[in-house]
Amino acid sequence: MQLTQRAKQVDRRPMTWLESIYLWNIAKGMMITLRHLFMKKKTVQYPEEKRTFSKVFRGLQILNRDEQGRENCTACGLCAVACPAEAISMEAAERQPGEEHLYREEKYAAKYEINMLRCIFCGYCEEACPKDAIYLSQTFAPSNYGRDGFIYKKQDLLIPHPIEDPAGFAKARGEKSVTN
Amino acid sequence: MFLLAIDWFLIIEKLVLVAFIVTLSMIVAMYATYGERKIAGWMQDRHGPNRAGPFGLLQPLADGGKLFFKEEIIPSVSNKFLFILGPALAMVTALLTSAVIPWGPSLTIGDRLVPVQIADINIGILYVFGVVSLGVYGIMIGGWASNNKFSLLAAIRGASQMVSYELPMGLALIAVLMLSGDLQMSKIVAGQLENGWNIVYQPIGFLIFFVCALAECNRTPFDLAEAENELNMGYHQEYSSMKLGFYLFAEYINMFISGVVMATLYFGGYDIPFVNEASWGIADYWLSIIGFVVLLSKAFFFIFMFMWVRWTVPRFRYDQLMKLGWKSLIPLALVNMLVTAAVILWLKK
Repeated sequence: MQLTQRAKQVDRRPMTWLESIYLWNIAKGMMITLRHLFMKKKTVQYPEEKRTFSKVFRGLQILNRDEQGRENCTACGLCAVACPAEAISMEAAERQPGEEHLYREEKYAAKYEINMLRCIFCGYCEEACPKDAIYLSQTFAPSNYGRDGFIYKKQDLLIPHPIEDPAGFAKARGEKSVTN
Repeated sequence: MFLLAIDWFLIIEKLVLVAFIVTLSMIVAMYATYGERKIAGWMQDRHGPNRAGPFGLLQPLADGGKLFFKEEIIPSVSNKFLFILGPALAMVTALLTSAVIPWGPSLTIGDRLVPVQIADINIGILYVFGVVSLGVYGIMIGGWASNNKFSLLAAIRGASQMVSYELPMGLALIAVLMLSGDLQMSKIVAGQLENGWNIVYQPIGFLIFFVCALAECNRTPFDLAEAENELNMGYHQEYSSMKLGFYLFAEYINMFISGVVMATLYFGGYDIPFVNEASWGIADYWLSIIGFVVLLSKAFFFIFMFMWVRWTVPRFRYDQLMKLGWKSLIPLALVNMLVTAAVILWLKK
């Protein structure tokens, strides 16, 4: 059975005399490596160059805001329930009068934490969220010196304010192309 | 008072030359590691080291610094004296070989003729062979003194490989000696200046010599002594810090020196092909410098060949290695020698 057309049958015939002295085959191989010497390099020079991800790439989570910069999250806890790795925890609080410009609805997440060491980037939180509050972004490769640093607090997760920092907001939304 | 007709000028002249050649070998070996990694990278469609300094040129310094600062571990069950002697011997024998190589045409300083060669002894090529065979001891002693079965196995492999490949190498060389009629390196080069390069008369001999040089330097496809997948790391498994560095360094110095020896024996040494540089009428120190650069570029070409082969050909199996050495190369070298002898006899009749 062949899965692809690229499979090659192994040649098990005994070596001919020309093959048994190796030299001819070695010369052929050396021409191949010599050609590769001048070929275009495949390396992506990481910190300077970044490779393009697909649109459905699942990176670090962000907490979304609406156009006026109000947080979407209502601390319903559906993401925490959906999370198979149990990485999400939160505490809810009630919106006080005068905080209407901060939170979109009358309940909000006072504390919102994702343990990035537990997170498996499955994207179920994004699927579960009824308020469009949590998204998986194009950012990846978190690094830190201690375990505590990997527990991302709300201020680490929140998207930049769309009015105060429109460029940062657009970048985090992935609206600008995230290439290179 | 003069002892043995050696005057101070000679001693100074030789000391300067020794210091220069040793430094040169070190620098070439340092940058050979860089070149090796770059070429390996390019052949695998990568960039190679490019972070330390412009184009990664400071990489060898960084590597050397790293090796110096690493912890030095001497296994408690090893023989300490021999454990230290191993890398030292490998390094010394690697450096010693360069003594008899004529690096360029002679200089005239004042009214003295200064040969650009440390010792123009009349058994030059035998000396090279003697020192190269001593190189086995570096591997053998190091592997044995480590008191580790993998090191010992690798050392045994390395020793038998080097002993086996010295034979066809020597036989290939005899044909060269028949052509030049002399063991002295400077005369072999002078003969090639007159009659054309030895590669023209001895292509098969050169091929045998090149293959054997790969084996003598423990380079792929004959790096059985450091076959990582079978013997962990080979004979230098227990070595760390600069002792390991010495072993790796000695390998690259050996590569450089064997490149120079091949250029000297088969490719006319410091001769520039197709031109008669003596007729240019420029000062002879310029000729010396040009000759030296030409010899170096030939040697660098051979270093590139070594690397090119390394990143193309996979490692031989041990029985294949022995079969190639004893059943193919030695008969081929013998036939080459006999044919050369017969042709020389026939021409002189």
